[in-house]
Amino acid sequence: MRIAVCVKQIPDPATPYDLDPDTHRVVRPNDQVLDDTDRFGVEVGLQLAEGDDGTVTLFSMSPSGSLQGIRQALAMGADKAVIIDDESLAGSDALTTSRILAAAIDREGFDLVVAGTESTDGSSGVVPQQIAELLHVPSLTFARKVEVTDSGIRVEQQTAGGYDVAEAPLPALLAVTSGVAEPRYPTFKGIMQAKKKPIDTVTAADLGFTADQVGDAGAGQEITSVTMVPTREAGEIVEDDGEGYLKIVALLEQAKVI
Amino acid sequence: MTTWVFSEEIDGHASASALELLTKARTFGDTTVFHIGAGSDAAYAELGAHGATNLYHLAIGDSLPGAPAAAALAVLAEEHGAELIMFGMGNTDRDVAGRLSAKIGRPVLGNAVDVSVDGAVRVTSEILGGTQAVVTEATGSAPALVLVRSKAFPAEPSGEDLPEVTPVSMPDLGHEGSAVITESHVEESEGPDLEVAAVVVAGGRGVGAAEKWAVVEDLASQLDAAIGATRAVIDAGWVPSRLQVGQTGKTVKPDVYIAAGVSGAMQHLVGMKDSGTIIAINKDAEAPIFAVADLGIVGDLHSVVPKLTEALKEK
Repeated sequence: MRIAVCVKQIPDPATPYDLDPDTHRVVRPNDQVLDDTDRFGVEVGLQLAEGDDGTVTLFSMSPSGSLQGIRQALAMGADKAVIIDDESLAGSDALTTSRILAAAIDREGFDLVVAGTESTDGSSGVVPQQIAELLHVPSLTFARKVEVTDSGIRVEQQTAGGYDVAEAPLPALLAVTSGVAEPRYPTFKGIMQAKKKPIDTVTAADLGFTADQVGDAGAGQEITSVTMVPTREAGEIVEDDGEGYLKIVALLEQAKVI
Repeated sequence: MTTWVFSEEIDGHASASALELLTKARTFGDTTVFHIGAGSDAAYAELGAHGATNLYHLAIGDSLPGAPAAAALAVLAEEHGAELIMFGMGNTDRDVAGRLSAKIGRPVLGNAVDVSVDGAVRVTSEILGGTQAVVTEATGSAPALVLVRSKAFPAEPSGEDLPEVTPVSMPDLGHEGSAVITESHVEESEGPDLEVAAVVVAGGRGVGAAEKWAVVEDLASQLDAAIGATRAVIDAGWVPSRLQVGQTGKTVKPDVYIAAGVSGAMQHLVGMKDSGTIIAINKDAEAPIFAVADLGIVGDLHSVVPKLTEALKEK
């Protein structure tokens, strides 16, 4: 099975990111990390590939910086990576990102596309569905358990009240939640091997896109303002000395809920 | 503004998000609902009462809704000149909106807490844990696709009119539409409704394991509180996702919010930061939840919470 896994490098969530006041874009440091939610997609891709002698190819639109995050995913065991690295892509919206990834995946060929449910630093959470639509394949999303069947793939899918079991034939797209599998840590051997694994770099033009279709020009949306929201004042923070619960009781009484 | 609202029927009722969105949409003019699911009179009455004038119903059967609903909605939106299509942030909403977006080549403006239609469609969303508000304008051709957070608008009925219902036939999409649901499982949970409860007790990954979750339930039951959870807890499968508080879950504003073992990721904070009084219990003194807490106890929740529950029992 040819498995395509979509991954994203993001600014380290431990260090707060900011928006450029002029372009309203996320200021991306040179060193970015693999989005934590993508480790689950990589893990599932690896497990499915191990089951049937398949291959795992990473796809990432990574306009700038080092490839530290991609190497992390290669060190986990992915076979190769395709990076769409192109200055013209800066400022692209989620739909453009999906179009670029779908075109790159389609060009490479695939049986299954695996993605996380949503990136840590974004908010639309619809990229997997967009990619599925662009590739004309069924999508199984919000998956918390995955298995391969004779005819395709079966998942347990989170619902508001519990879960559904859903199935689709291949080729298909699968978007997984962080409950789906425990991501492996790269071994030393994996880290060494990752340094030699192929990373193909392609441009938007290689995939048939013109400059007016991508970046700011291709985005169907524009940020018009960014303002600070008043924040709550910090309250009282105390170390529990065994009697911390009494402070909670007092506050609950004050709030008149007991 | 020709506004459409996406609605999914769950257990004979319209989705809560659809009623909230209709309450806002009807201030923009006539509203049309695209409704998927069984199609019950009760759901139609709710949607009509909240302002739906027309309703297109797609009986989805066992199919996963994303592909067929997006295909049917794309045709209707084109035919009727929809200028704005509003969705909630639920899983089905995102499946349909995402596929529709790619099908018609329009972006999705996500995570909205407000929507305005003065000349152009603009949405306000909150980023960085709700510390900054971003206004984004939809440019290019109609329709604008918007995903709105839960409780951005209060659901208020405006009358008793029923919408005019038009059935829509299932599009034949071949392979693309071949995903099906073979089983549905509902996990029961007790206690008051998360979105209206005066007190919410929420647990995070810090609770440690599914078998330790009772610590949250016991306190909640003692306070007659609703139970909430973080994304990590939902993903771990300890509780069903309807209990999720945060960006892609529910937005809650109870009088008191007690967060046990919740670190306070940005995605969680935006769902609860407007609560009256926030109490946090966490081992990590650096946890971001303490930045919004009125009272923070740095300590082991498995020590603090049981003592609290016991003390409340004696009251």
